[in-house]
Amino acid sequence: MMVKRWTVGELTHYVRQLIDTDYRLQELEVEGEVSNLRVPGSGHAYFTLKDEQAQLSCVMWRDAVQAQRRLPRDGERVIALGSVGVYEAGGKYQLYCRALLPVGEGDLYRRFIALKERLEAEGWFAPERKRPLPERPRTIGVVTGEGTAALQDVLNVIRRRYPLARVILSPTPVQGEAAPPQIVAALRAVSLQPDVDLVLLVRGGGSIEDLWCFNDERVVRAVAESAVPVITGVGHEIDFTLVDFAADQRAPTPSAAAELATPLTVDELGVAVERAQSALETLALMALRERRQRVDEGAGALQALSPLAAIEEGRGRVESLAGRASRVVSHALALRRERLEGLAKTLQAMSPGAVLDRGYALVYGPDGGVLRRAADVSPGDRLHITLREGELDADVVGGKAEDG
Amino acid sequence: MSFEGALAELEGIVSRLEAGGVPLEEMLALFERGQGLVSFCNQALDQAELQVERLSVPSTDSPDEE
Repeated sequence: MMVKRWTVGELTHYVRQLIDTDYRLQELEVEGEVSNLRVPGSGHAYFTLKDEQAQLSCVMWRDAVQAQRRLPRDGERVIALGSVGVYEAGGKYQLYCRALLPVGEGDLYRRFIALKERLEAEGWFAPERKRPLPERPRTIGVVTGEGTAALQDVLNVIRRRYPLARVILSPTPVQGEAAPPQIVAALRAVSLQPDVDLVLLVRGGGSIEDLWCFNDERVVRAVAESAVPVITGVGHEIDFTLVDFAADQRAPTPSAAAELATPLTVDELGVAVERAQSALETLALMALRERRQRVDEGAGALQALSPLAAIEEGRGRVESLAGRASRVVSHALALRRERLEGLAKTLQAMSPGAVLDRGYALVYGPDGGVLRRAADVSPGDRLHITLREGELDADVVGGKAEDG
Repeated sequence: MSFEGALAELEGIVSRLEAGGVPLEEMLALFERGQGLVSFCNQALDQAELQVERLSVPSTDSPDEE
């Protein structure tokens, strides 16, 4: 009979598959005593669970270690939740541990897991339900126990970071059987106040039983259904309650919730105001400068299009026309002057003076008129004679009148 | 006027000026308004004091404090 010969790798891999496919070895609980627990630099925890008969190697990955409220001490009895698997390279099977619970808390934890799964399946924790938080909340509702340290922490943080806000405290018991309906009522009342932008649901640290009302289904639904966004800050960093999953944002502590509620501090806002102021001044200056530049450009363009050039050109044409006109006119004047002089000469020649020059005389009768006919005078009449040089008076002594 | 309202208006004015195309007269008016908002905001920041009110919720059961 042929015996199959395996390689070590093949065989180990086969065993791993056997274990991986056995549902009884997945998602199980083992009770035992912790020993030799160590957490090296990787952050993963390694330990052994044992009882009187046997030992079981266990590994817990870093994420699970960090989610653990506390790690058990050696010798402590615990319930380990996880799955059995094979680490092929090391040739050993081990428990991959998801959570470690003190033996007493097992039942509570199972209820927590069951409710969480149901609410998750119903969609109460869906990411699309999460609403954005306001950047500058005007009014912050705070749901918590009156006079608690958690309330003081919240008020201190808001006062320091963002005293511009108004806080409305909606007090409620935050532990005990009777607390859940009161938490629900306090949450509803404050979320319906006018101007409330978001609500903080907070509580200081405590045992898992103390915090249990924040796992109550009514409270979880009220958080998910709140009219305004809710930030939860319940217990310490490691505490997760179901309201954390339903909240729009989960904070590890009440103080951290108050910080999330006030993303901008007054100091940062002061810087924002300063920035706005300098932007305002720069923009106004730039706008003025731009307009001045446009005016300058317009002036330049206007200059280029100015009618002065055309005026200059027109003036030149007018001047040349005027020159031509004056030449024409003075020529015409000269011609006329010449003619005038000619005429003057002619006239001169015809003047009585010129006739007298030639030896003629002008004779005026007694009536003062020029005497042309001898018959017009009689002897004894006084005549007046103008010569070229001088004048004479003469009397008529006789004459002969010619006919005709 | 609330601080938030003033700051939001101030930011609105700055972005309007940044966008440009604002007529000169309006720009000067916006600038003046902005300066006023700046001093209002600074004053609000300087004088801010947290105001805490308490809501009385009709108690459904005996108080059970932490």
